[in-house]
Amino acid sequence: MKTYNNKAWWLVLPVFVLVAFSAIIPMMTVVNYSVQDIFDPSTRYFVGTEWYREILADPRLHDSLVRQFIYSFCVLAIEVPLGIVVALSMPRRGLGVPFSLILLSLPLLVPWNVVGTIWQIIGREDIGLYGWILNSLGLDYNYASNPRDAWITVLVMDVWHWTSLVALLCYSGLRSIPDVYYQAARIDRASHWAVFRFIQLPKLKNVLLIAVMLRFMDSFMIYTEPFVLTGGGPGTATTFLSQTLTQMALGQFDLGRAAAFSLIYFLIILLVTWVFYTAMTHNDDKG
Amino acid sequence: MSLQLDNVTLSVRGETYISDASLTLEPGSFNVLLGHTLAGKTTLMRLMAGLDRPDHGRVYLDGRDVTHLPVRQRNVSMVYQQFINYPTLTVFDNIASPLKQARVSRQEITRRVEETAAMLGIQQLLGRYPQELSGGQQQRTAMARALVKEADLVLFDEPLVNLDYKLREALRVEMRKLFESRNTIAVYATTEPAEALALGGTTTLLHQGRIVQSGPGDEVYRHPRNREAATLFGEPPINLMPMTIQAGECRIADQRQPLPEVWKSLSEGDYQIGIRPHHWSLEPLTEPALRLPTILRVAEISGSETFLHLSHERIDLVAHLIGIHEFGVDQALEVHASFRQLFVFEPGGDLVLSPPSPRSTVPDGRGDR
Repeated sequence: MKTYNNKAWWLVLPVFVLVAFSAIIPMMTVVNYSVQDIFDPSTRYFVGTEWYREILADPRLHDSLVRQFIYSFCVLAIEVPLGIVVALSMPRRGLGVPFSLILLSLPLLVPWNVVGTIWQIIGREDIGLYGWILNSLGLDYNYASNPRDAWITVLVMDVWHWTSLVALLCYSGLRSIPDVYYQAARIDRASHWAVFRFIQLPKLKNVLLIAVMLRFMDSFMIYTEPFVLTGGGPGTATTFLSQTLTQMALGQFDLGRAAAFSLIYFLIILLVTWVFYTAMTHNDDKG
Repeated sequence: MSLQLDNVTLSVRGETYISDASLTLEPGSFNVLLGHTLAGKTTLMRLMAGLDRPDHGRVYLDGRDVTHLPVRQRNVSMVYQQFINYPTLTVFDNIASPLKQARVSRQEITRRVEETAAMLGIQQLLGRYPQELSGGQQQRTAMARALVKEADLVLFDEPLVNLDYKLREALRVEMRKLFESRNTIAVYATTEPAEALALGGTTTLLHQGRIVQSGPGDEVYRHPRNREAATLFGEPPINLMPMTIQAGECRIADQRQPLPEVWKSLSEGDYQIGIRPHHWSLEPLTEPALRLPTILRVAEISGSETFLHLSHERIDLVAHLIGIHEFGVDQALEVHASFRQLFVFEPGGDLVLSPPSPRSTVPDGRGDR
């Protein structure tokens, strides 16, 4: 009979406790809500998976899910390439380095609701700079009444706010490439595209993975900006998942449905992030 | 192809990297640049390659002025201390990359890649990625990439430094073979005198951005132009001691000796003598020899060799002995060195006398090292 030293469990215990309080217990509370119909603390009915079935069949949620995916896709499709281009065109030495770093960090310091307010004003066709310019150019731009304009405004806002995060991450990745690689490429007479494709991009892969995941998760949970801009309107044009959830939980105080919805929301983010991660790292062994 | 540097100077932000370097590299030659770290070896190579442009001076390739010709328009290749390969390309594609840029046909690429890979012993690894290779294999891949395009000039910037000892020996032997039948100019930078001697070829000593001496390796080793060259070309460096000749007598440090036969031709005055660490002996010699009482400070035993750090009066000396010799610290030791094997320098540093025929004094046939 072999004896095991079980002391190691004591060392893992603090982590268990921490994770329990920070994640497991709050989440289990949500799970608890999602399987009950609660009228008041003493009047509760166990309803099983009813909330889930209702949520999955709700056309309002289908619409906002589709909207959400299109939005996140657009965010990634614009911010990632743009961030790379910005990072590539940033200076590598000299005074330009701190200057551009500070310039790029500025948007990141602005709180979400302020960003919303800034664009709400700047996009107005009467007193807003951009709104007025667009209308003077003969474009009929009005984010308060035109769903397409509202949608584009929310997207532009996000690009303005977060592209510099991608750029800064990429810049740090680029800085970690030793100069000899570029030298070797020059000696090999490699083209600029080849340098990007075979030297820079492989080195950027890891930071891009982080950038893509952060931007996906963040954009998938977007709430404040559309809320400040138009409150999700006009109509439901900019009502994304978070907003639907908030309306459900706080507006209608429909805790059971909201809890079931949060869990599904959580699983979607988890699943998509996992897919990204796996897709971007599956051929890591090749380099 | 021959490469000529003509009074090349380069300074960056007021700091001189290369000062007034003139050097001619013959077609098909193997050239070693020997110097300490920061001596300017890499900078000189960058100037040769065209990665940097000199502030003054000219660079000629086959008599053609290429001083301002950028590296992309030259036919050079370079191997670095770090193993530089494209991480997402297989070994085959890595080696093929310079050929693809040159738009060589596909069959020709395959033929030349396979040939070069076979030469470097990596033909069975062509399908792998650099990350799946050992350090030695990665460096072989980088070398194959440098050799495959048949450049006019191939530069090796301390390529073996990051490899373990055994691989270094093996690759070093191959290095010379690879260039034997080529018309390429090879330049190899190293900090190790032993490596420079083992590689042979033309050796150029660099110190603080200056070319101290250039010539066939053993020639430079045996007849260093001055004290500086003798010190640079030897590890541990040559031992230096003051010497005075006066009235048919010589005084080395505080030791008075009758003037030895080999120094009869020297005029009276102050000199400095140089003794290679391996020329010291613990046993009295039969031939006329310098005899010096010393105190042992440290004895370093490394495998089959012993390095004795000695001091005589205020002069620190190093003796390199074959075999393991164990002594107590602060023990008094008498060391001997044949007068025939000593270098004599002027006080200004120029060589006056080098050992006459050193080969005959070393019976094991390793040459004078």
